[in-house]
Amino acid sequence: MTTVALVKRSAYRDSVLLLDLARELRALPGVREAAALMATPANQELLAGSGLSSEDALAAGPNDLVIAIRAESAAAADLALARAEALVAARDRPVGPAGRALPRTLDSAWRRLEGANLALISVPGPFAAAEARRALLRGLHVMLFSDNVPVEAEIALKQLARRRGLLMMGPDCGTAYLAGVPLGFANAVPRGRVGLVAASGTGLQQVATLLADSGEGISHGIGVGGRDMSEAVGGAMALVAIDALAAEPATEAIVVVGKPPAPAVRAAVAARLRAAGKPAVACLLGRGARPGREGSLTIAATLEDAARAAVAAVRGHAWTPRPFGPEITGLRERLTSARRALAPGQRTVRGAYAGGTLADEARLILDAVRAGGPGVTSEIVDLGADEYTVRRAHPMIDPAARIAEIGRAAADPRTAVILLDVVLGHGAAADPAGDLAPALEAARRSARAHGRDIALVATVVGTDADPQGMRRQIARLEGAGAWVLPSNAQAARAAACIAGGEPALAAILAEAGA
Amino acid sequence: MSEAASRVPALLAGELRVVNLGLQAFASDLERRGVAVLHVAWSPPAGGDLKRAALLAALDDEEDADA
Repeated sequence: MTTVALVKRSAYRDSVLLLDLARELRALPGVREAAALMATPANQELLAGSGLSSEDALAAGPNDLVIAIRAESAAAADLALARAEALVAARDRPVGPAGRALPRTLDSAWRRLEGANLALISVPGPFAAAEARRALLRGLHVMLFSDNVPVEAEIALKQLARRRGLLMMGPDCGTAYLAGVPLGFANAVPRGRVGLVAASGTGLQQVATLLADSGEGISHGIGVGGRDMSEAVGGAMALVAIDALAAEPATEAIVVVGKPPAPAVRAAVAARLRAAGKPAVACLLGRGARPGREGSLTIAATLEDAARAAVAAVRGHAWTPRPFGPEITGLRERLTSARRALAPGQRTVRGAYAGGTLADEARLILDAVRAGGPGVTSEIVDLGADEYTVRRAHPMIDPAARIAEIGRAAADPRTAVILLDVVLGHGAAADPAGDLAPALEAARRSARAHGRDIALVATVVGTDADPQGMRRQIARLEGAGAWVLPSNAQAARAAACIAGGEPALAAILAEAGA
Repeated sequence: MSEAASRVPALLAGELRVVNLGLQAFASDLERRGVAVLHVAWSPPAGGDLKRAALLAALDDEEDADA
């Protein structure tokens, strides 16, 4: 076994490019392991931890690119290094439009792109706030995709944006649609008449894709970042976004999506929505958020309900919440047979999520079911949370963290169900279902080898127009033995019913008044 | 400090022109859709030294305050 390293001095590459690079190198003959990363102190530790460190790698600094390869022979290692050189060169895009060298700073880009109005910023967290501030000072609206930005910096950026009449979307703003353009992680959805304000990227994606499935499009989807409606940030951008959509003629209804806001922020958001002069829907996922009506404002308990309420609002229909869609036939039989395949002690739903808001929604649904009596427990992990993404790309791009979590869930004899989300769209992995399917198949095999079974329940957030294709992705998951439901809320309920059996289903139907 | 009139309605009614800083894939996606985008060949300021980068950013702000 040989470990070799290629070091490129002062050669910054972004995390997605590096991930692709490492993946291609790992697929080469004779290559056992490969890493491509910037040699920051954290990444040096990572290299050492995986036994890929070397003298060359240790000598590299945070601005140097390190490609480390462990191969079966010196010849295989040399071939892989040569391939790495070629891949780095091929991925380099030093020239932009008209063959001019790309600008190296935000300032020079701002001077060159006449009429620039938005900065899309996804640099590593520690550098992100300074770049966002620079953009706002130049009069650019900002979408700040980066996470790991301190809340104090967020507050200062949003105050600056408000003083200048600008949008400051984020930090940690994963998704937006402005003027018909999807930004960040975004699904291919039609333009239409529902305007969205989201303190949640995947929440926005779930609502937008379910709207698309109902034949409705969105006018704009303004992301504000997950902390916007916290007490500290005070809904600074949610209020700006609501005002903008209230005044925007193509928007016929407004939907606000997010985690539970601070009480004062909730009151301010609700008041602004009631005064918008258009029907509005709020889905602010939290315990004790009672669904209902407040004047022109509908409070929805789930993202699916928010989408259905918005469709009803723009079409002038009535609607009622329902636990499972009418397209699901043989529900009771399916749940019963899945439960029967499990041992009595298998009562836990283990969620391995890429979407933070989808994870929150699943937790709330499972908690509500548990409160209804059946002995169901749940452990829902959001692998896109800041603490998991410090050293690696988001699980919507890099499946490694989820594959590991699926393995842990499968090894736990209490696990009844592995529950997960698969998020499609621009920016997401090319074949996320294909990335996870082998791990799901292995989970079932390992459970069976230990004399038990395990149920797999999933939802796919996407549309058929997405690059990955909704139907193909569903087929891949079903091929791995997963039951794929049309929304995250329905998937969480189905998981609860498999883990909890008939009493769980009874609790869900009772809560829905069905 | 008072708030300026919102420039958001103009953003929503107009055409996006994007400066992209960070993931190159985002710029490629926008280019494919025919959106005007200029990607920045960004690298961490001050060679990735966070303390020195913060000092540089502070200098930048002072220049703006003077402007």
